[in-house]
Amino acid sequence: MDKSIGNLADRAGFGGSGLPVVVRDLTKRYGAVTAVDGISFALHPATTVALLGGNGAGKTTTIAMLLGLVMPTSGEVRVFGADMSTNRGAVAHRMNFQSPYVDLPMRLTVKENLTVYAGLYGVANVAERVAYIANDLQIESLLDRPTGKLSAGQKTRVGLAKALLNAPELLLLDEPTASLDPDTADWIRGKLKAYAQERGATLLVASHNMTEVERLADRVILLHAGRIIEDDTPARLIETYGRETLEDVFLDVVRGRVKQAVPERKAS
Amino acid sequence: MTATSAIRSGAVPLLLPPTGLHASLRRISALVQRYMYLLRSSGVRLIELIYWPFLQMLTWGFLQKYLADTTSPLAMAAGVLIGSVLLWDILFRSKIGFSTTFIEEMWSRNLGNLLTSPLRPFELVAGLSVWSIIRLLVGMVPVTLAAYFIFGFNLLDLGLPLAAFFGVLVLTSWALGLIAAGVILRYGLGAEELAWSLAFLLLPLCCVYYPVSVLPDWLQPVALALPPTHVFEGMRSILLHNTFDVTQLWWALGLNAIYLIVGYMTFSRFLASAKVNGTLLRLGE
Repeated sequence: MDKSIGNLADRAGFGGSGLPVVVRDLTKRYGAVTAVDGISFALHPATTVALLGGNGAGKTTTIAMLLGLVMPTSGEVRVFGADMSTNRGAVAHRMNFQSPYVDLPMRLTVKENLTVYAGLYGVANVAERVAYIANDLQIESLLDRPTGKLSAGQKTRVGLAKALLNAPELLLLDEPTASLDPDTADWIRGKLKAYAQERGATLLVASHNMTEVERLADRVILLHAGRIIEDDTPARLIETYGRETLEDVFLDVVRGRVKQAVPERKAS
Repeated sequence: MTATSAIRSGAVPLLLPPTGLHASLRRISALVQRYMYLLRSSGVRLIELIYWPFLQMLTWGFLQKYLADTTSPLAMAAGVLIGSVLLWDILFRSKIGFSTTFIEEMWSRNLGNLLTSPLRPFELVAGLSVWSIIRLLVGMVPVTLAAYFIFGFNLLDLGLPLAAFFGVLVLTSWALGLIAAGVILRYGLGAEELAWSLAFLLLPLCCVYYPVSVLPDWLQPVALALPPTHVFEGMRSILLHNTFDVTQLWWALGLNAIYLIVGYMTFSRFLASAKVNGTLLRLGE
């Protein structure tokens, strides 16, 4: 894979504001630990891209830098043309995120939480929007319940409702179906896919769930030890590695069997 | 579905402009609304806001009554101790209101949601400040009324300077709250104790219950560098001598401006530092 900046810039039109996300030479170090190691990629409008990698691969840190929650050690993150280190406020209303590492206030009811966040994101028709989202995500019966008393699946749906309140053009999702039962997880994936298609939104999904990635992603960025190992469509990755499933490809990568050394690799 | 009907149905959110004064005020009010919901959700919280100041006022009120019944000429002066208690509580409760509301966002692991929303850091600070005043009024108005009915002490007897005293104490509480919030952001909930103890550090120094002249000479400049000292000196001056030195008030306001700038810079610096260290990803753990 050609990861040179020149090539990336050509592909992504770096510096142009047309792309939802452009990441260049992004590095994050915590002391001696390098969490993200000089990665570069761009996201094109209306695509769903998966950040795939094992624990500690740098997925969450990358997402956090895209959100402006973590400052890069070096490199640059631009969202809709805005530098996220210095000008996050210019584009924050056009994006949203969901992560199992944050919660909505437990004591507030679901409706109260959604109302507050609709206000923060500048939604004018708050009551109508909350009602619509609640209906769409089938959480109407939960609206008057304290958020802290919901099951994991219900909390995920409410978290997704918060993430969709402003109909973001860029939606960042960190492990969106972590710890959910297969049925709920499948339902969430269906909703995300439908949203991306209807809104023409760009989705970046950090995950180590292969089913999720295969179902949702047009493209996979495979991270290992903070570096991009692969950046391609799921089908092409499977073909390149000569494997049956994306999970096999993932195992090859995390176990250090990079494609040059993969056994029984198909001739291209 | 037409565009208008889609907006009316909520299928399409109508987004208001994200920049400008109106946008800031809208986000600040959304944040205050969140705290209002929180207070409304728990009667215990509401009672707690009144409970401690009320106990404090009762204790010192009865002490004042006892001293007045004996021979102490100073204590016989109307309401010095109760006045001190009530004004100290304005500082202390406002500071606690600011800090605990901020800590609450960390406990509930909501800070990540807030800091990735369009809410700007200064709007978060403004929301916490507004809420600290609301909390303060919810707690202090009933206690002030109780002081009047139980001990005959009318805080309003302080006259117009009372509003100035209130302002000075609240501004100081925000400066302290900002420093505490910044340190907690940077070092995590392990530094939570600071939120509680920072105001107590001022208690002996800002001469709540005694005049500055009681302090050793070398400590008096330190006391006078603290805005609340000028408030308590002013209060004693009014209640004991029926005079009010406006110069003291200007000193207090000037000092407060410096403390607020230092407080906001500390908060901003520690927030930036938390983003560098990745602390915000581990909040609530």
